[in-house]
Amino acid sequence: MNVKALVIFLVLPLTALAQGYAGLGGDATGFERPRPGYQFQFPRDHGAHPQFRIEWWYLTANLTGADGRDYGVQWTLFRSALKPSDQAGWQSPQIWMGHAALTTPDRHFFAERLSRGGTGQAGVTAQPFEAWIDEWHMRGADTDALTLAASAENFAYRLNLTATGPLVFHGDRGYSVKSADGQASYYYSQPAYSVQGVLSLPQGDVAVTGQGWLDREWSSQPLAADQSGWDWFSLSLEDGDKLMAFRLRGARGDFTSATWIEPDGQSTALNDGAVSFTPLQTASVATRDIPVRWRVEIPDRALDIEVQALMPDAWMGTRFEYWEGPVTVTGSHAGRGYLEMTGY
Amino acid sequence: MTGPVLQALLSHWRTHRLQVVTLLVGIALATGLWSAVQAINAEARASYARASQQLGLGQFEELRARSGFIALSRYVDLRRAGWQVAAVLDGRLYVGNRAVRVLGVDMLAYPALPALTETAPDQAPQDPAQMLTAPGRLVVAPALARLLQDRDDLPPRIPSDAIPADVILTDIGVAEVLLDRQGQISRLIVLPQQPIGRPPLDKIAPELVRHSPDRQVDTARLADSFHLNLSAFGLLAFAVGLFIVHGTVGLAFAQRRGMIRTLRAMGVPMRRLVWITLAELTAFALAGGLIGLVLGYLIAGALLPDVAVTLRGLYGAPVEGHLTLRPLWALTGIGMALAGTLGASGHALWRLSRMPLLSGPGLRAWGGNARARSMAAAAGVILILGGIASFAGTKGLIAGFGLLAAILTGAALLLPLVLSWVLSALSRRARHPVTQWVWADMQAQLPGLSLALMALLLALAANIGVGTMVSSFRLTFTGWLDQRLTSELYVTPTSQDQGAQMMEWLGPRADAVLPIRSTELPHRTGPLFLYGIVDDATYRNKWPLIASGPDVWDRVHAGRAVLINEQLARRADLWPGDSLTLSGDHDLPIAGVYSDYGNPTGQAIVSMQRLDQIAPGTPTRRIGVRIDPAQAANLSRDLQDRFELPPGAVVHLSTMKAQSLAIFDQTFVVTSALNVLTLGVAGFAILTSLLTLWTQRLPQVAPLWGLGLTRSHIAGLEVLRSVLLATLTAALALPLGLVLAWLLLNVINVRAFGWSIPMTVFPADWLRLLVLTVLAAGAAAAIPAWRLRRLPPADLLRVFASER
Repeated sequence: MNVKALVIFLVLPLTALAQGYAGLGGDATGFERPRPGYQFQFPRDHGAHPQFRIEWWYLTANLTGADGRDYGVQWTLFRSALKPSDQAGWQSPQIWMGHAALTTPDRHFFAERLSRGGTGQAGVTAQPFEAWIDEWHMRGADTDALTLAASAENFAYRLNLTATGPLVFHGDRGYSVKSADGQASYYYSQPAYSVQGVLSLPQGDVAVTGQGWLDREWSSQPLAADQSGWDWFSLSLEDGDKLMAFRLRGARGDFTSATWIEPDGQSTALNDGAVSFTPLQTASVATRDIPVRWRVEIPDRALDIEVQALMPDAWMGTRFEYWEGPVTVTGSHAGRGYLEMTGY
Repeated sequence: MTGPVLQALLSHWRTHRLQVVTLLVGIALATGLWSAVQAINAEARASYARASQQLGLGQFEELRARSGFIALSRYVDLRRAGWQVAAVLDGRLYVGNRAVRVLGVDMLAYPALPALTETAPDQAPQDPAQMLTAPGRLVVAPALARLLQDRDDLPPRIPSDAIPADVILTDIGVAEVLLDRQGQISRLIVLPQQPIGRPPLDKIAPELVRHSPDRQVDTARLADSFHLNLSAFGLLAFAVGLFIVHGTVGLAFAQRRGMIRTLRAMGVPMRRLVWITLAELTAFALAGGLIGLVLGYLIAGALLPDVAVTLRGLYGAPVEGHLTLRPLWALTGIGMALAGTLGASGHALWRLSRMPLLSGPGLRAWGGNARARSMAAAAGVILILGGIASFAGTKGLIAGFGLLAAILTGAALLLPLVLSWVLSALSRRARHPVTQWVWADMQAQLPGLSLALMALLLALAANIGVGTMVSSFRLTFTGWLDQRLTSELYVTPTSQDQGAQMMEWLGPRADAVLPIRSTELPHRTGPLFLYGIVDDATYRNKWPLIASGPDVWDRVHAGRAVLINEQLARRADLWPGDSLTLSGDHDLPIAGVYSDYGNPTGQAIVSMQRLDQIAPGTPTRRIGVRIDPAQAANLSRDLQDRFELPPGAVVHLSTMKAQSLAIFDQTFVVTSALNVLTLGVAGFAILTSLLTLWTQRLPQVAPLWGLGLTRSHIAGLEVLRSVLLATLTAALALPLGLVLAWLLLNVINVRAFGWSIPMTVFPADWLRLLVLTVLAAGAAAAIPAWRLRRLPPADLLRVFASER
């Protein structure tokens, strides 16, 4: 057993890697499961749900610098419970993992932090809202106005986020189905943040402005056992519409889901099969072939676009490896957004 | 032409098979003992390095608290300020009577995971959920796993070859429960990658002290003195072995002078002869070196388990008891054999190359003369004076060993001259012609025997010196144990709460209950263990103080003073009247210094109340119970039943003493084994010298026979001569050995371990050694003497007939 394998297992609630990407298709015995018709309560639901096995606070931002260049920023806090309970101090079975990344047109920086719950080193409080691990944090009086910060050996950023629209609930009022077998998660987003702040890069600081998107999701078994990875898109189109679309790749075929978001925040769920995804070009990244140019089509919405990675080598070489980076949209619609690809 | 020359030269060895054996044995013994010590040292060092590397010890900068431990909230403060640190809780757990180190690390952040991950290949991968959540898992070496087999009160064990002996590696959450130190952190490892914009330490946790990796006292450095000791012994054995080589090669060259003269007369150039001889010696060195390596490997394998126990007992240094064959070690061994052989033969070779073409095959030509003797003696005096001067200059441990080496070598060089004086003085007093002849003959034989006698002198002196040191140490140690171990029972509670309950329960049942509480504090000399004691007559009457001011105990118990151990006193140069600074703001005058053997670290004792002020929450590690010895067994049984203690949690005084003495004796097993081996080599050197000299004895004894002495009489005189020379050497070795002992006790020990020991002499041991020496010398002379007795008179007659 090598070091890497152990470290991977460290954050895996269960040992078998066969159970989907990062164990997300694993057994959920003892944990609560998402139910349809759940009534979200805020600010409580912005906080952590330790009785569920996994949960994340996932922020991405497409930014433009004072230097005219495009940048992408990712800030993520994952929670993974080894047992459906919590305890104080080192005894806590709640494991927290933070990922931060900064993508420029020619570089991709990333960093990772790990912590146990119970000590105060990492956690999330609902009111006032704060999600943190070490000195990285996303906080504010509520989720409408946030400061976001992360730092690592060779990069750092500090951003202010202001929500310009309402929360959006995916699937059936926030109950997002992930497979034909009915695996699901609770999933909502704040897709409309206006962002400004400063990026610290090896060559110096850059002032930036742009748009941000926060995803909130928690579940105990979001993937079916045969599902090995996903391609997930969050796109902001120039006409004000937004699109969240994903494809879960499974041995028994793909499962797709999407949410069309109007400029005023009105959303429509698009069921399995409504969106089609076609990889057009792959790049060799971290000894894998990763699709970095896609064709995404939604015939009902007259959408036929090409999605292209800003920086093909946006590889997150963290304990669970995946691709995550900013993209530009051309075709029937123009715009930009973020793409995440796992399980390659 | 080389072929016939080689054949001619090698023919010598065919007719002198014993010389071949002697030469090979000499090289093999020198290489073997040296290599054995090197193998042991290399193995131990590899173990330390492995342990340090696997457990990530001493590789990273660390943060420590002056108060002894860091609170969990401090760790979080640092993390939330951007400091990338990993928490470690380090403690000791008693498994039976064996102290095991518990290394509790935050498995999510600890930088050295290899030790964890290399579980046995047949084991299923570890489930992190089990590692990180109660009851957790303990990763231990397979041997310790077997030892813990029946401990159902401990979390399940995972055997791993990568974990050093006597270490339990586990998650910090498991360790804090196991050690009953919830929320405590021993130290924080500063991880190599730190984010930009991190605030300085004094802004977040000013009470923490940064320790750079090189300032941390590690086991390898603590055990260095022990390895230096072993190396010195290895070198001594090497030198003694080379005496044999030097003697044999010298003799063989002398005996071949005639042949070489003939070869040169036939036109063989000197240069070629020298080259061929060099090649011949190289072949001998390689063969002897190879035998020596095998020998060294076997000796090291036999001694290593004892060394491992010693190092574990003395320093807690993890050393595995089995040996690995290292190519570098074998190469070094062969290299030493080559260098040693050529070095020991250099003199003979040089003289050979300078030999005048027509020089006669002089009998004493190889043995040296009066002038050489005086020069050697002068060199000896210079060496001794130089050693003293250099030691006076630096006073370090290495200089101490240098002084030892200088005195030993210098004394060896002086030996021939001193022996010659003694023999001259004795021969002047002799009246009887045979007696006169015996003294004169001994004088004449001295050059041929002096090297063997030097080897004997060194071996005897080392024996007396080391023997005196070990015996003095043992005597002092036994007395100290009696003073130091005073409670009839020692109890190890399994938790803090249980400790408190035990104290309460024991109160009415025992004469006195003495809790033993201690904490580890940083000090400029390395880690320091601070102990708290209660006021009890036991301490006042028996504690082994070696220096004390007025009202020692009253001041300590009133919390106004501190006692420190000798190691700390010597290391920091603190004595009664000075003061010791603890945890930054606690400045206490030193009331006394006590002896504390077998412990490498500094120690200090304060009153219980003081301890609570300096380091609140210090756990009770053991409880000493004073009771009528007749009642001890009953109380022990009751205690075990009442608190359901694991076996070994209650230890009787006698067991404790026996264990301590066993560890002590084990420490010197290696020393005495090397001692005996060295003496054996010296005895062998005498035997070979006498046997080789024997071939040249006929011209000297034949005239005596011709004058009417019987062969038996002459043979008896031969034995007597050998015994007398050995006895004289032994007499000279005694003062040298005592000087050595004094240096070992008062110079080497103080510098290596931090303690001095009063020297005690053991004349009975000397007598035993003398008898042994006389027997060895007699036995060595017995073979030539026996040959002389059986010599056909015709051979003796031939001496007068033929020119030699």
